[in-house]
Amino acid sequence: MKQFDYVRPATVAEAVAAAAQPGTMYLAAGTNLLDLMKGNVSRPDRLVDVTHLDGLDRIERLADGSLRIGALVSNADLAHDVEFAKAYPVVAEALLSGASAQLRNAATVGGNLLQRTRCAYFYDTASRCNKREAGSGCDAREGENRAHAVLGWSESCIATHPSDFCVPLVALDAVVEIEGRGGRREIALDDLHRLPANTPERESALEPGDLIVGVRLPAAAPGFAAHARYLKVRERTSYAFAIVSAAAALRIENGKVAEARLALGGVAAKPWRARAAEDVLRGVAPTVDAFQEAAWRALVDAKPSGDNAYKIELARRIVVRALTLAAAGTPARIPALPASPFASSGAIHV
Amino acid sequence: MSELNLTSAPAHLRHGSSIGQPLTRRDGVLKVKGQATYAADNHPPGMLFAVMAVSSIARGRVTSLDIAAAKRHPGVVDVMTPDHKPQLAVDPEIKTNPFVFRMEVLQSSEVRYANQPIAVVIAETLEAATEGAVLLAPRYETLPALVGLDAGESFVPPVVGVGNPAENHRGDVEAGLARADKQIDAIYETPPQYHNAMEPHAIVAHWDGDHLSVDMPTQGLMLSLGRIAELFGIAPDKIHIRSPFLGGGFGSKGLMSGPPTLGIMAAKLVGKPVKLVLRREQMYGPVGHRAPTRQRLRIGADAEGRLTALDHHARTVSSMFDDFYEPAADASHTLYAAPAIRTSHDAVRVNTGTPLFMRAPGEATGSIALESAIDEMAWACGMDPVAFRLQNYAEVEPITGKPFSSKALRACYDQGAERFGWAKRSLEPRQMRDDSGHLVGWGMGTATFPALMFQAEARAAIRRDGTGSMEIGAHDMGQGAWTALAQIAADAVGLDIDRVTFKAGTSDLPDAGIAGGSAHTATAGAAIHSAGAAVIAKLADLATNDERSPLFGAGNAGVIARDGRLIRRDDGSRSETYTEILARAGVAEVEAHGTGAPNPAAMDEYAMHAHGAVFAEVKVDPELGQVRVTRMVGAFAAGRIVNPHLVKSQLFGGMIWGMSFALHEEAITDRRSGRIMNANLGEYHIPVNADVPPLDVITVEEHDPHVNALGIKGVGEIGITGSAGAVANAVWHATGVRVRRFPIRIEELLTGV
Repeated sequence: MKQFDYVRPATVAEAVAAAAQPGTMYLAAGTNLLDLMKGNVSRPDRLVDVTHLDGLDRIERLADGSLRIGALVSNADLAHDVEFAKAYPVVAEALLSGASAQLRNAATVGGNLLQRTRCAYFYDTASRCNKREAGSGCDAREGENRAHAVLGWSESCIATHPSDFCVPLVALDAVVEIEGRGGRREIALDDLHRLPANTPERESALEPGDLIVGVRLPAAAPGFAAHARYLKVRERTSYAFAIVSAAAALRIENGKVAEARLALGGVAAKPWRARAAEDVLRGVAPTVDAFQEAAWRALVDAKPSGDNAYKIELARRIVVRALTLAAAGTPARIPALPASPFASSGAIHV
Repeated sequence: MSELNLTSAPAHLRHGSSIGQPLTRRDGVLKVKGQATYAADNHPPGMLFAVMAVSSIARGRVTSLDIAAAKRHPGVVDVMTPDHKPQLAVDPEIKTNPFVFRMEVLQSSEVRYANQPIAVVIAETLEAATEGAVLLAPRYETLPALVGLDAGESFVPPVVGVGNPAENHRGDVEAGLARADKQIDAIYETPPQYHNAMEPHAIVAHWDGDHLSVDMPTQGLMLSLGRIAELFGIAPDKIHIRSPFLGGGFGSKGLMSGPPTLGIMAAKLVGKPVKLVLRREQMYGPVGHRAPTRQRLRIGADAEGRLTALDHHARTVSSMFDDFYEPAADASHTLYAAPAIRTSHDAVRVNTGTPLFMRAPGEATGSIALESAIDEMAWACGMDPVAFRLQNYAEVEPITGKPFSSKALRACYDQGAERFGWAKRSLEPRQMRDDSGHLVGWGMGTATFPALMFQAEARAAIRRDGTGSMEIGAHDMGQGAWTALAQIAADAVGLDIDRVTFKAGTSDLPDAGIAGGSAHTATAGAAIHSAGAAVIAKLADLATNDERSPLFGAGNAGVIARDGRLIRRDDGSRSETYTEILARAGVAEVEAHGTGAPNPAAMDEYAMHAHGAVFAEVKVDPELGQVRVTRMVGAFAAGRIVNPHLVKSQLFGGMIWGMSFALHEEAITDRRSGRIMNANLGEYHIPVNADVPPLDVITVEEHDPHVNALGIKGVGEIGITGSAGAVANAVWHATGVRVRRFPIRIEELLTGV
């Protein structure tokens, strides 16, 4: 490996100052970054290890009813926090459908938000990739691209954001807390990740030195707990990224949808909030017809970026199914096969 | 391997007879405690680390390497390149026998496939060597890569597999098709697959003058020894290879390949011990793979559902520079009683590392196509898939007309179907659902694999203290040779297993033959059995020629060995312990050699195959196309079962691999560059635990007096065959959609369901 400096600051302020220097990256669990470094995809001069910073590993309920999740809380600890899973079941289910048990034990909330795309051409340093090397070109565009984006892509980049966790977070209006050179600020998670346009190398709204210190779920989010599901279609039952996934959350009052939340994963360079589909559902009865209308709205702008037209139809069907499952009610326990279409699988009739 | 401390009395020990007992692995405790030393665990003093730089282009030439930059990196000791390397004694491009494959050992700057080694950086640390390889920053002259099954002009290979004719036939296929009431004409495709043994290829090489010491996982100690001796121009007795454990091989560690050879060259270049371990992505090129195939099956059947003709053609690929042709169509030689059978192959050359044997080479690829096509024909004839297979049950081997040495396939169908509950299956597809609304499908496939034998030797000894030893350079790839062969050894010398020292895994022991072709237990076992019989005969000579022995005059065939005693065959009350016999004779020990080899006369007379029937249940989400295997039952008849516990594990592994073949595995090659885009275990999908359903294995009793003295047929590979087709057929039965391109992908089911 390329030799690099390793620093372990004592405070957030020290971390931000250290990371603001060129060629520097933050290291949390490293479940993605260390792989990228071993593959020469990332070659930082300096790593700023934030895993020992105080106070970032807590889950706190705030006075306004919102919930703050420290950036260093592990994916497993968060998913298995009973109170958390009860109030935000769709987030817990998404977390448990991601990666493997070993990875979830290590991976952190902040790191998950900033994980890089799984586009094979991004990982293959012999390929051209505008994201890895600005202006070099995109070999995925005419390459092996059946898993690539169908929404929000550009000729510069057709990669997707691979996170499961971010999909329900963006649906629930999560807010990202950032410490930077100018002090603390916060932005909506929906504004954290950028679509590629002509600058796919710029993946997020973060500036040099910016450190995600926490994620906040607003007070309204638990209001969806009774009707919320995450559904993920993938090529094997665990340790595989979504081909397409969806987080659906409903507030149902008097037999009508008072408010709907819908986001898609695996379809774009960011977790894809489908606001137009949400609008369709507001005030109507939770019927399959309504869900189909919502699905159509959610994918109305979708177009294939390669051999992936099937993903558009798949995404429509996943939206309908996720909304149907959500309307049926959140299960009392997170299924043993989280987010799987086979999460509930019954007796066979011959 | 005196340093190994194998469990001497594994669970379930029953005194008197070891073969047939479900002993637990004798190396199990070592493995769970991390004390089993694999090749890469060795660190001789002064050892350096070698890392390969590999080509990122698939075709062309390396025009420059920044050797100076690599050498400037702290810790880098040397950079081995085509211009700076030890000379080999023979040209690695020369094939001295069919089991010698051409390899890339820096003989030129030409690049013939992606991931071809182009330089080796040797350094004091792994990190320094790794960075040194990056700093070489190779430049290339790139030529357009040849990729895929249509990359160029096809040709008929001289042979397929290991020496099989590319074309074969019996009867008139066209006439058979012409008189058929029903015809199937379908094309199936299978992708390139990589062995992906858990343990990467690794070597620790240490030269001491002209003596060479090697730690390296190998499925063929003697073949490796011979090839190293030839390449480096040294006598075989100056080479010592240790391979006590393999973390899987599946065919990719059978023959000497380029990377370990480069490790030996690097050690020679720097004059110090060198370790070279492949990175996972470097295993996608120079160490073999299963070639892709496109198979066309044309089948005819009459009104009663009897086959009239079976025509199986397979297109495959080989590398630009060597020949291995996946013998996929040969899977149609043995299973179904068509009066006319034709099999044929053609191939194109592409920019790939040379394909190689990979667990059930030909049988696995051919089986999923054949079993799919047979299933299609059963449906066309309106027959149950098992009934259709029974209607076309081969009483003699169809392609040769030879009788089978044994064939309990009917019992496999019966027992497997009963355990599975097959009788309740709907004939029509898409008729079964579960409570959640998922489509349910049941499918089956016939499993088959030839019962092969190679040649082996073993050395047995019986000592005056009443213990014995058995020595054979056998290979434990994880399949359990340390246990199963020791069981055979114990019975061979008439001692309990804890009284027999069993040595294996090093090249100074007698040649055990290659651990491949599902033939290792049969081959090594036969040698062990024969060595045991020979040493017992010597002991019997001592006793029966001695007037002071109660066995005097019995003749050396007139005694049997059991439990440390020789016992008069016709009078069980007259016996003597080994200790008594040797003590009286004043001999410390008796020793004898034995050999195992195929019996050409029996092979001329009989067709020898293991068989099985695999049943699978899948569920398919009707809207989303996601498939889940929920149950599999496999019934296998493979002759004598030496250790039912280990055999079950082997068959489980095969069945899981079959499911993987049908649903998961595929190396994705960029159609322009020829690079493999998913050369890692994150993206090259194999089933995870959560994908593997409850598996049920039945071993059907089968006695075979012809295959070898022990009646063993082997179970290493048969589990994949039949299983892949069973899963594919179950997907069809669930959905009504016949997918003929493997692995079955969601998008292919999405439109159909």
